[in-house]
Amino acid sequence: MPIKTSLAAHGIACQRGGRLLFADLSFTLQPGEGLLVTGPNGAGKTSLLRLIAGLLPLAAGSFASGDESVPLPELCHYVGHANGIKSALTLQENVAFWVDFLRGGDADLDDALAMFGLEGLKDLPAGLLSAGQKRKLALLRLFAAPRPIWLLDEPSVSLDAASVKVLDKAIARHLAQGGIAVVASHTSLKVKFAHELALKRETVQ
Amino acid sequence: MREAWALFRRDVVLAWREGGTIGTALGFYLVVVAITPLGLGPDLNLLSRIAPGVLWVALLLAGLLSADRIFHNDYEDGALDVLATGPLPLELVAGVKSLAHWVTTGIPLALLAPLLGLLLNLPIESFPLLVLAMLAGTPAVSFVAGIGASLTLGLRRSGVLLALLVLPLYVPVLIFGVATVSAASVGPASPWPPFLILCALSLASIVLAPIAAAAALRTALR
Repeated sequence: MPIKTSLAAHGIACQRGGRLLFADLSFTLQPGEGLLVTGPNGAGKTSLLRLIAGLLPLAAGSFASGDESVPLPELCHYVGHANGIKSALTLQENVAFWVDFLRGGDADLDDALAMFGLEGLKDLPAGLLSAGQKRKLALLRLFAAPRPIWLLDEPSVSLDAASVKVLDKAIARHLAQGGIAVVASHTSLKVKFAHELALKRETVQ
Repeated sequence: MREAWALFRRDVVLAWREGGTIGTALGFYLVVVAITPLGLGPDLNLLSRIAPGVLWVALLLAGLLSADRIFHNDYEDGALDVLATGPLPLELVAGVKSLAHWVTTGIPLALLAPLLGLLLNLPIESFPLLVLAMLAGTPAVSFVAGIGASLTLGLRRSGVLLALLVLPLYVPVLIFGVATVSAASVGPASPWPPFLILCALSLASIVLAPIAAAAALRTALR
């Protein structure tokens, strides 16, 4: 069971390539709450997720999590556009690496594999998977090591309808267990998000 | 510790599986050393005199050939994001990945060196010290290459720039590496003082290079 934590942003700003994407953004997520981030291309959805994951530096403001003993990035799972899977390793090896590297316990990975319909492909090199299957493998990282904050960037891209449903269910279960999910998505996921954040694209002069 | 071991094991497995890494480095080393006598003519005395220098220069170039793989693939496929949000500090990630590069490139190159020494008429008595000196010097090669690899992340055709950045940093390794092997093959000085400096260079780069590489990685992730 993942540790519960909250996530608060205080007046954060993000600057990319000299352009201010957004400024003075604040939100607070209690355990079990989700945040849906919407907005047009280039509005800063990915940047927001990468800020939370500590992959981008904050231009202003700060984040606070309920658990100060662990750095925020280590509470987060970031699944972005790049899947982060190694094509020369088999599915099993990819997942085993995440379990070891991200300090996962003995999570019920077989369940997660079966959930996404990947159980028969365990010994296949990940490079041979289809785009959708690679995506599902990348999402398996969420189950390889329990972490309270899920940062999902367009998680449903290249997934088929059945898999989107599975993903929906997984996010809902994560929230029900007291986790936090920040999801940037164009397509409508059916999960009820407690908060919604619509980023606007600043008009470039 | 478990995380570091998992990362190390993964990088070594990938180096084997993705092919090209170890094979290219060894093949390059072999070819460069093999064509040198063709260019210089069959003067055995000359060859044995310059053998230490040729072996070291070729080793540095062969090591550089695979250096961009230390971080480049992980950067391209997003695995670096996972590594950066993991529990290991980025310095340790850089260190472990450089170590894996040493194990998969530095050690094979060092072990191939005596065979190539034969091609250059290097006295057989000096072979043990040749291998020892290369095993002692190649960690510096891999760890410094890690700095170059992280600095050139995200650039197109980064290989040449990487060589330009890193080769000057290899000068001390080259000088003391050649001094060790020369002393062992032609004398008259003792090979141990330059050998110890070589060890010191490697130890210093094992400690310092990951810090520099991690700083460059943080910039690259932005």
